[in-house]
Amino acid sequence: MSVLQEISPNVKNMKQLEYVVLARRASQIMEELRKGARKPYSEVIDVSWGDPHRAGVKPLSFVRQVLAACLYPELVNSNKLPVDVRQRAQRLLGQCAGGSIGSYTATAGIAEIVHRVSEFITRRDGGAPSHPENIFISAGSQWALQNILKVLVNSKSSPKTGVLTPVPCHCTTTLSIMGLGAVVIPYYLSEEQGWELQVEELDRALESAKGVCNPVALYVINPGNPSGHIQRRKSIQEVIRFVSEKKLFLLADEVYQGCVYGEKSEFISYKRVLAEMGPPLSDTVELASFHSASKGFMGECGMRGGYVELINLDPDVMKYIYKLFSKDSCAPVLGQIALDLMINPPQPGDPSYPLYNVETQNIRTMLVHNVKRAFEVVNSLPGFCCQPVEGGAFAFPRLHLPPKAIQKAKEVGLQPDTFYCIRLLEEAGVLISPGCEYGQKEGTHHIRFCIMTSEVMMEELLRRLTCFHTQFMKDFS
Amino acid sequence: MTSLQHVNLRVRGIRDSPHSRLQSLAADITQQIALGAQKPFKEVIDVSSGDPHNAGMKPVSLVRQVLAVCLYPQLLKDNNLPLDVRQRAQRLLEVCDGGSVGSYTDSSGMPHVKQSIAEFIMRRDGGVPSHAKDVFISAGSQRALTVGVKLLASGEGETPTGVLTPTPCPHTLPMLLDEAGVTPVPYQLMEDRGWALDLDELHRALKTSRGRCKPRAIYISNPGNPTGHVQDRKSIQEVIQFAAAERLLLLVDEVYQDSVYGRGREFKSYKKVLFEMDKEFSETVEMISFHSLSSACVGECGLRAGYMEVVNMDPEVMHFVDTMLCSDISAPVTGQLALDIMVNPPKPGDPSYGTYTQEILLTRASLSQNAQRAQEFLSDLPGMSCQPVMAGIYLYPRLHLPSEIIEQAKILEVEADVLYCQRLLEEEGVFVGAGCQYGETTGKHHLRLCILVPPNTLEEVLARLGSFHLRLMDALSHPDKAVRD
Repeated sequence: MSVLQEISPNVKNMKQLEYVVLARRASQIMEELRKGARKPYSEVIDVSWGDPHRAGVKPLSFVRQVLAACLYPELVNSNKLPVDVRQRAQRLLGQCAGGSIGSYTATAGIAEIVHRVSEFITRRDGGAPSHPENIFISAGSQWALQNILKVLVNSKSSPKTGVLTPVPCHCTTTLSIMGLGAVVIPYYLSEEQGWELQVEELDRALESAKGVCNPVALYVINPGNPSGHIQRRKSIQEVIRFVSEKKLFLLADEVYQGCVYGEKSEFISYKRVLAEMGPPLSDTVELASFHSASKGFMGECGMRGGYVELINLDPDVMKYIYKLFSKDSCAPVLGQIALDLMINPPQPGDPSYPLYNVETQNIRTMLVHNVKRAFEVVNSLPGFCCQPVEGGAFAFPRLHLPPKAIQKAKEVGLQPDTFYCIRLLEEAGVLISPGCEYGQKEGTHHIRFCIMTSEVMMEELLRRLTCFHTQFMKDFS
Repeated sequence: MTSLQHVNLRVRGIRDSPHSRLQSLAADITQQIALGAQKPFKEVIDVSSGDPHNAGMKPVSLVRQVLAVCLYPQLLKDNNLPLDVRQRAQRLLEVCDGGSVGSYTDSSGMPHVKQSIAEFIMRRDGGVPSHAKDVFISAGSQRALTVGVKLLASGEGETPTGVLTPTPCPHTLPMLLDEAGVTPVPYQLMEDRGWALDLDELHRALKTSRGRCKPRAIYISNPGNPTGHVQDRKSIQEVIQFAAAERLLLLVDEVYQDSVYGRGREFKSYKKVLFEMDKEFSETVEMISFHSLSSACVGECGLRAGYMEVVNMDPEVMHFVDTMLCSDISAPVTGQLALDIMVNPPKPGDPSYGTYTQEILLTRASLSQNAQRAQEFLSDLPGMSCQPVMAGIYLYPRLHLPSEIIEQAKILEVEADVLYCQRLLEEEGVFVGAGCQYGETTGKHHLRLCILVPPNTLEEVLARLGSFHLRLMDALSHPDKAVRD
């Protein structure tokens, strides 16, 4: 008998992830391999997360050198590290209380770093002003998102608070929404149009919520996860007009803004478009934009650094947001520093610039290549259809499963795409995630895998996938 | 436009903390000094929070060296770094996905680190079994505590869940409970007995909760924050029996377990005591204990890592702990690795052993000496008294304020101890915490100051505080003298 038998209903509502089943089996397989079991593969390729380092992408030297020097300042004085690294570390340590990254910082982050974030945003957005007091650094963008959601979601209300969320959408956000006692209002992205967001669909979704819940916000993720779509300016404008008309708070998750591959693709921030649309929209639409040190070429997921910029919020509301952030003391200092390094990389002329440039160019070339290869290979396989990956960290191809496979999945009590993933894991040692985790149109199936991997890993992944898929389709024809 | 009326009621219900107002004041004063303002002091000394590095304490070299190598593995080839540092880093990098501290980890923490923690707990508790699956790593112990509390929170429209909380308690606790939608049920600690827990008082508190909320847990801080009290075995047993009888989950905050210096005092973990009791308790009482990197000896508050160990909990419930941690994604990897180092200190014979031991001993000695010095000094001041401190990193002296200042405070609509702290900050540039932040509502006033600081800093703090206090008492006992405002 457990005193905790009556767990909070909000917590109980948090969906158990399909991923858990797959991850557990993957761990077991890795253990079996370690113990010498014979399998058609010698290691498991894990591309189930947007985690470049896990998938073989190397960290950027400049970033690691500065972080190491901040941790162990003795290095600042040694000649082992380039001058600009040592100067940067010294400058950053000067802004830490007691000169140590082990001290707490101001709630919203180290003031100078917050300031530099606002300068970065202004530069990125062609001069649209950004104010430091609207910026909060957090332990990852999802923490910041949760704090904003906490303010918006009325956990005591009936009907419940609703948040418009895309289908497909990565699960952390939907999990957070449910955990807070709010309801997800799905709006479907158009797969045939490359996962475009269509305003008519937003209208439909909002209509469907009438009488069911009280919609307060619209969440968009651009570049998309898992879709890989990058919104055009026109689409962003439409969304802004929509939220203004329907009085919704706009949550713009832009953590993949550093990952743009299509030749003609360009990331434009929601803030920039809003600013360019001018008053009254630019003065009234409430917007929260999120960014992170986990994505992009730096890929420092384990550092836990992200930020949110808040536009047009009532100052009284900002006070509460501050309170929520203050409960967690502050973001990890190393994460804050990683953020600073991301937005202020070495410039031409700096001693670290040549190496930095080579490393980032290599990563860029590798990603563009991976995207091309993945697109080619997957689309050449019968039963697979992949939309162009314009940005982001993933490919999200559609899987046309034969009826026999769907039947078999039902028999073993699994979602059809989870079934596919489990078989892929067992037989080919590749860990990816099933489309059902992200939401998809009824009757459709997808898989998601990360394309931010080393080239070698991508080739191996595609080889194994091709082999497995061909066999699988034969087995279930 | 989202205005105040749209803000989630629960968020609006999070109480204001005087701490943030005082913090703003401290920041303003520091800013003024930077801009050249003349003040009777050169800089603000901040002893309001448990942040040893902020106050000038040095980090543990081993921790910083190993982390630096993990971040920048080129250093593995650096012969200036001790061999065991490089070996540890290599081992830790092997258990990081992709060999990088930049990868995500499992949401409940890296299995290797969880195993280290379980082994540490087992060693600490003289062999009482501990398992990695019961350990959950989070970005700071407060985050873990939030998860534990949220599990208990009631649904909407139901009677709110209550959690018994000590008075005084850490200043972050009431806000944490507010945000989780849980009702604090305060139990008073006994100041005249060195801030001991009193069983009758626990019963009384429980009685008051009936009708208002459904008490489901009791929070204990041992060693106490801010009190510095260390519970003896008998006291711990009484609390465990109380929790068992009243079917309360024990939430035991033990983050200062490495800072016991009082003579004849020893830290005993709740888990150890529980397992030494009868089966009716050891197999049924549910408990979550917390520890953190922000501890006394390591003091790496900025790395953000802590853990909780769950005892006797239904495995189904543990599932949910995992799910909730999922939305946090994970604790920073560097923090997790630092935890590993914290629970695996060097052994005699290891190259880093000498330096490490010296550093820890120095920290402990400073703490102990500071505690004694500060306690004696402050107790000597008229209108101030201080219980003997046995552990932790704070001093929590009582202010016996004359009625004039209490009146003044009433007129200004602040608590008297907040007013005291404000004026201390303005006149002497010393930032301490005000007792009301820690839950005191009984009309008694206290201060909290962190004493894990370099001894010189402590001397300076005491000098300034003493000076301010004497001036204040003097002015108030001579009402014809002009009172500063």
